[in-house]
Amino acid sequence: MSAAKIAAVLAGVLGSASAYAYENSYNMPVGVTPISREVHGLHMLIFWICVIIAVFVFGAMIYSIWKFRKSKGAVPDKTLTHSTKVEVVWTVIPVLILVSMAVPATRTLIKIEDTRDAELSIKVTGYQWMWHYDYLGQDIGFYSRMATPSNVARQLRSGIDPNTVENYLLEVDNRLVVPVDTKVRVLITANDVIHSWWVPQFAVKKDAIPGFVNEAWFKAEKVGVYPGQCTELCGRDHAFMPIVVEVVSKEDFAKWLADRKAATQQAQAAPAAEPAAPVEAAAQTPATAAATAPAATTVSLQNTQLAAPVAAKL
Amino acid sequence: MANTSTHVAHDADHDHKPHGLKRWLFTTNHKDIGTMYLVFALLMFFVGGAMALVIRLELFSPGVQFVDPGFYNQMLTMHALIMIFGAVMPAFVGLANWMIPLQIGAPDMALPRMNNFSFWILPFAFTLLMATLFLPGGGPAGGWTMYPPLSLQGGDSFALMIFAIHLMGASSIMGAINVIVTIMNMRAPGMTLLKLPLFCWTWLITAYLLIAVMPVLAGAVTMLLTDHFLLTSFFNPAGGGDPVMFQHIFWFFGHPEVYILILPAFGIVSEIIPTFSRKPLFGYDAMVYATASIAFLSFVVWAHHMFTVGMPLAGQLFFMLSTMLIAVPTGVKVFNWTTTMWRGSLSFEPPMLFAIAFLFLFTIGGFSGLMLAIAPADFQYHDTYFVVAHFHYVLVPGAVFAIMAGVYYWLPKWTGHMYDMKLAKWHFWLSTISVNVLFFPQHFLGLAGMPRRIVDYNTQFTDWNVVSSIGGFVFGFSQLLFVWIIWKSARSGAKATAEVWDAQPSGLEWTVPSPAPYHTFDKAPEVR
Repeated sequence: MSAAKIAAVLAGVLGSASAYAYENSYNMPVGVTPISREVHGLHMLIFWICVIIAVFVFGAMIYSIWKFRKSKGAVPDKTLTHSTKVEVVWTVIPVLILVSMAVPATRTLIKIEDTRDAELSIKVTGYQWMWHYDYLGQDIGFYSRMATPSNVARQLRSGIDPNTVENYLLEVDNRLVVPVDTKVRVLITANDVIHSWWVPQFAVKKDAIPGFVNEAWFKAEKVGVYPGQCTELCGRDHAFMPIVVEVVSKEDFAKWLADRKAATQQAQAAPAAEPAAPVEAAAQTPATAAATAPAATTVSLQNTQLAAPVAAKL
Repeated sequence: MANTSTHVAHDADHDHKPHGLKRWLFTTNHKDIGTMYLVFALLMFFVGGAMALVIRLELFSPGVQFVDPGFYNQMLTMHALIMIFGAVMPAFVGLANWMIPLQIGAPDMALPRMNNFSFWILPFAFTLLMATLFLPGGGPAGGWTMYPPLSLQGGDSFALMIFAIHLMGASSIMGAINVIVTIMNMRAPGMTLLKLPLFCWTWLITAYLLIAVMPVLAGAVTMLLTDHFLLTSFFNPAGGGDPVMFQHIFWFFGHPEVYILILPAFGIVSEIIPTFSRKPLFGYDAMVYATASIAFLSFVVWAHHMFTVGMPLAGQLFFMLSTMLIAVPTGVKVFNWTTTMWRGSLSFEPPMLFAIAFLFLFTIGGFSGLMLAIAPADFQYHDTYFVVAHFHYVLVPGAVFAIMAGVYYWLPKWTGHMYDMKLAKWHFWLSTISVNVLFFPQHFLGLAGMPRRIVDYNTQFTDWNVVSSIGGFVFGFSQLLFVWIIWKSARSGAKATAEVWDAQPSGLEWTVPSPAPYHTFDKAPEVR
């Protein structure tokens, strides 16, 4: 397959969705998975319970402040000092409210932890400061780094207005591509320090911990591009290791998978340096990076020390 | 001997004290030490606040305009360490030093020399900590939680930070021992435990928490130290260590620490609300038991800080349910305070204003805390600005407002002068409005998807960050008023009476003249 054809396919799959964003700017996203909708529902349920409690509690406070003012001649009722009855009441009622929250929360939690019967497994590895994705059993793996326009604009006093950069800080060179309506299991780990893999619209956040493999899953029900970010402080460029998941139709995914495999094989078969370059240039996707060396130039000596045994352990 | 008080046994003048630097260096007087703690805390509040303003300045607009991302991480790490260990904790110890002996009718703290030592450790500890900013590589940048392996990447600052934490821990433990021994042994005759003022009760319980958990922190950071320098592998996965184990140990300290930062605040508010409601605290016994329950529960909820590390389902359920349970005793406290105001006769002097703001805004922090307890939802909230909003609501309009309320309540007792009420009300309104402008939008940012501890953000988050930064600067500069008011009150002002407030506050501290003489209660008062 020619580099041009790969580029065309990838452009079709990746290039189409240009601007995307978090779902809104003020509330938890409803998201695009059954779990994210449930979590959003739970969030709103508890929010409204809190609002109702607040109306009563703040109402009583405001009423007291307004009604029992010394300046209005209020006389203190010094006998009102204790009542076992009300203490019991305002202990028991909150317990009941908490139980009513705990039941749906437990139900959702059990679903979240059920990672059985996944149709696709992807290993996610956090590095300072990029992600690596391995499609298990598919022989495909690649790094995913923040895209160049953002990376140039985010430099100290770059002089570039972030508003002119599309998907500022939220675009990557290689997106994680997954099929729609498919239970995808992610196995999350890290190679140097702790990171955390978060995609708000999937309600998936799991720490990537060196020496551990964590599990999470999602089943996206809507084709689209969903951004996320690392959510565990991981050093200097913590703010600059975005996650971009592209959910495509099952057919597009099969096509993408086949092309990607072909590209990987081609790159592996040929001498490392030459064919890698056009593929990378054309598709803006260094598929060969996985096959060659980790491209991180910033990994310190200490990290390399850490990295080797951990990789072996995994 | 009538004069049991001091170092100069034949001294008839109770107000005699050494002058100049020596007075402060060698003092064993609880009032002097209390003053030093409070002044130190105020200084650190401004240092930590300046760092917060660096953070808010950088976050004022998307893009990286002012500071390098590495320096930004140093600022957020140092801001937390300084505010927690340098501002809030020493402020509470300062209030304890000043007020506990006065409230229980004791002539001084039980262990006055240790008291001096525990204070004078602090300037050294914070000099070490802040000196790291001038080292090659700068200060610690791995967050105040010091999670390995990231913190193990620290440069020269690493060892200094850990020694500083050891010193702060030693200081806190000594302060806590002093509080416990004083309250247990030096109460005036007739003052049974269930007659203790609530500020003493909450501090007593806090002191036990401190003694229980500061050694745990010391152990955790010592293991970090040996991982870094002696090639042990407690937490270093490269040698078979377990980075998650650090988080368990850290939060076993860290969660009780959260209550260390708020229980004395509960105590202060429980003193002020009854005074300016002109009726006794509602449900005193329930308040004591609720405080004790919160302290007990604080030891079994730690892993709610780490729902995302990948715990087994049973573990997540346990920590979710135990955390939700904390809402019960906390709710009891809020209900009791509210009922204390109910059918009272309220007046709104500055301490009462701050206490009422505490009541409202701490409760908002409590609501977001309850939301965070729900593990499935916490997967969305965790490590976002929603968490930042939550803990700043409980720490700033929570703990810090309570400290300010306490200062405004007892300041005339310390200085002997009333302070400028009008200015104090300005300080109150500016602080209360700006603190909400500062922190409320952070709820929205976090829910929408902005992670915490990031130097730069997507343009979608610009608007709320601008609002938050404006609030931050107004809040920060408003605090200069606080210093000015205290300074003025120390120098001049209308003479305060022994009772200070016409609301007739109850408590032994109001039976001594204002300013409180250098030595008080040489002869123990009788408590009915």
